[in-house]
Amino acid sequence: MTTSTKSGINISRRRFLSGAGGLTFCVAIGTDGIRLLSEAQASTAARAMNAWVRIAPDGVVTILSAGAEMGQGSMTSLPVIVAEEMDADWSKVVIEWAPADASVYGYGMNNRRLMAIVGSRAVMLYFNQLRIAGAQVRKVLIANAAEKWGVAPASLATEPGFVVDPASGRRMSYGEIAGFGTVPAALPAVDPGELKDRSQFRLIGTSVPRRDIPAKVNGTAQYAIDVRLPGLVYATVRHSPVHGGAPESWNDDNVKAMRGVSGTVRLPDGVAVIADSLPHAMAARGALEVVWKQGRAEGFDSEKALEDTYVKVHADPKAKRQTLDSKGDVKAAFGSAARTYKAEYRSDYGYHAQMEPLNAVARFNAAGDHVEIWEGTQAPDVARGRIAKALGFKPAQVTLHQCYMGGGFGRRTLGDYGTEAALVAREARRPVKLVWTREEDMGHGMFRPQSFQCLEAALDQDGKVAGWQHCVVGDGGVLLATGIKIPYYQVPNQHIELRGVSHGVRLKHWRAVGHVFNVFAIESFVDEMAAAQRMDPVDFRFERMSISPRARAVFEKAVQMSGWKAQRPAGRAVGISISERSGSLGAGVAEISLDRATGKIRVHKAWVAIDGGLVVQPEAARANIESGIVYGLSSVLHERVTLKGGVVEQSNFHDYHVERMADVPEEMHVEFVDRDAAPSGLGEIGNPWVAAAVANAFHRLTGKRLRHMPFTPARVLAALKA
Amino acid sequence: MAQINVNGSSHRVDVEPETPLLWVLRDVLGLTGTKYGCGIAACGACTVHVNGEPVRSCSTPVSKVEGKRVTTIEGLSRDSSHPLQKAWVAGQVPQCGYCQSGQIMQAAALLAKNPNPSRGEIVRHMNGNICRCGTYNRIIAAIQRAAREG
Repeated sequence: MTTSTKSGINISRRRFLSGAGGLTFCVAIGTDGIRLLSEAQASTAARAMNAWVRIAPDGVVTILSAGAEMGQGSMTSLPVIVAEEMDADWSKVVIEWAPADASVYGYGMNNRRLMAIVGSRAVMLYFNQLRIAGAQVRKVLIANAAEKWGVAPASLATEPGFVVDPASGRRMSYGEIAGFGTVPAALPAVDPGELKDRSQFRLIGTSVPRRDIPAKVNGTAQYAIDVRLPGLVYATVRHSPVHGGAPESWNDDNVKAMRGVSGTVRLPDGVAVIADSLPHAMAARGALEVVWKQGRAEGFDSEKALEDTYVKVHADPKAKRQTLDSKGDVKAAFGSAARTYKAEYRSDYGYHAQMEPLNAVARFNAAGDHVEIWEGTQAPDVARGRIAKALGFKPAQVTLHQCYMGGGFGRRTLGDYGTEAALVAREARRPVKLVWTREEDMGHGMFRPQSFQCLEAALDQDGKVAGWQHCVVGDGGVLLATGIKIPYYQVPNQHIELRGVSHGVRLKHWRAVGHVFNVFAIESFVDEMAAAQRMDPVDFRFERMSISPRARAVFEKAVQMSGWKAQRPAGRAVGISISERSGSLGAGVAEISLDRATGKIRVHKAWVAIDGGLVVQPEAARANIESGIVYGLSSVLHERVTLKGGVVEQSNFHDYHVERMADVPEEMHVEFVDRDAAPSGLGEIGNPWVAAAVANAFHRLTGKRLRHMPFTPARVLAALKA
Repeated sequence: MAQINVNGSSHRVDVEPETPLLWVLRDVLGLTGTKYGCGIAACGACTVHVNGEPVRSCSTPVSKVEGKRVTTIEGLSRDSSHPLQKAWVAGQVPQCGYCQSGQIMQAAALLAKNPNPSRGEIVRHMNGNICRCGTYNRIIAAIQRAAREG
């Protein structure tokens, strides 16, 4: 068997480690974010240091990227920011993963340093500190050239890859400077005012090709599942089918007698089997007969909970509630209302369905006191810490090798599958590749929670929305709360609350999570009021709600893009909605048709206007929004997890349906509102608007409301009959 | 033991005849460009060609391909020069990329038979391949570009 841990990104680890000359800038953390330290300074510091930017005498610039790559492009976008401020020649930039050390490579958030690429944070939260890092490198390069030429640094400028002397026309390449230059012990400070003006950008705002793409068209991109090591054995796991259960006993002798099987390992919530191949391990998993200790989700019936329990909790005046947002005098607004509205909405559990089933590779050293983990993770720092904790190790005893992720969508932030690989490898005393089957990935999934929601609004004498109440009921705490606030509507009197229940079902962030169902409810409800008032839904928002200027701008753009008031072909209708996520705003229009015999909704066209501030990589950003639209449509039209007896009823793509090519809109138009503001998140602004836009279009087409997502054909047919 | 021909080379592999071709390709021959997605031929991530026809290698026993020509993404071209691979890069198609080997192999089988497919023909041929990042429209555009530019 050949051995390879080939590099999927366009980098050379060997080049980096060989360190034959050149300038190395190390990073350490100050209170103001990442600052660059010279190598000398770094080597004297007690904390582990790592190179951030390296310039070799041949001109190659190595930039480390903390942008965990799951398809959103931030592996490329983050180095673009560094390269912009240092004026690197992008064709000479190679990218390397940043190590899993948040104390060095994390972004700052709430006085902590984190590397988790979640909540659309990568560009948004790394932007300023990476610009400063790049600007510091540029200053050092200029200082070295100035000294060589005997001129004042202030008299010099840079062009991509060169320091230039405008007075004499002299040029010196960064590579040449790397050959002789020195890095001062104390790196120059960079005042934010010294950073480039937008008009000076050469890379930001253009679209450089993503660096991961060439390796993704020829099979060489390395995902964790592709890692191959000498002596590797394979493992897979059967987890408790009831969420929260634990293994008590199993037919160990029978399983161990199977072909190729070398062992079994008890895990906290499952049983791993180790074999000489994955098909052997999977066959053994299939043969496992496990007696499970009761799980927390025992007996749970998700449909019953949604139809019955949640409604009772909502009706119970004594139910425990958590206020999420409250202002003004809601009671008075409703008391003096000229008109009130009330509506209920529901949503089912959703599964991430990332294409790469969860997996990791683990290898211990001979002494058993250090482990290497290969994992595709959104949060390498968290994964490293969790794995260390599970092993009773210090983080320094864990080396985490980041890999490309075959999709993330919020699932890959816990290091749970890396931990399993480590636990199994320790027992196996061999390197282990642990791969979940798709059935395991789904059955033991962590889901976007289901929800029941009730919204009420009060219109005053002028017909303006003066009062607003929104109650969401479900399990999942904060997961239920995202996207429920509506600052862009500025309703003067409002009360937004969460009523929590607990089922023991595994739950998780999921591409904007709560936004998916909260925005569905909010934007459907606004549309219902507009329809009841016999108003155009956009006019209603503009005239009857104190809509923010930013929100108005994205609506206006979406209206213009879609020709909102234009006549549609027979049998088609449009719906509109808006959402906010990670500082970005997005308004979208969906044009749908309906097969009234089958209940199948088809979305033909989608238009989305996004305000994401400065867009660092427009093409990658557009692709992200397109992805969001399809992911959104998938969740709105197809995706549905149900549990009976605490067990997930779906098991694979034959019964958990996702959007396929035949389902996608023929046209998807994405435009960005030009606004001079720092970048906000774009990874999850593409999907939350979809549900309400489709439901609102459905109402225009049929006069009926869809109140339970996904809008499966059965639910559509039922709505038509209602 | 099975004798198989993959990307023009013959291999004797020491596996049971019912072993899915997918795992032979990935773990015995080291051709990891072909991916595991579902194991039940429901997603297309494992698509390879057998005598030029697209098949789901996760559900194809290795014994079924003895005496036939297997082509994987690694064998589609030596240097990413297949028109589809070029079009995939030009159109910046992949996102997470995990499904794309299967998408490209599925599309290559279409173009081999129908050098100028319509959108409808592309959709019918490609509908078994899931892309969870939703790059479908870019895939369609790239297939059309490859057809155009050859």
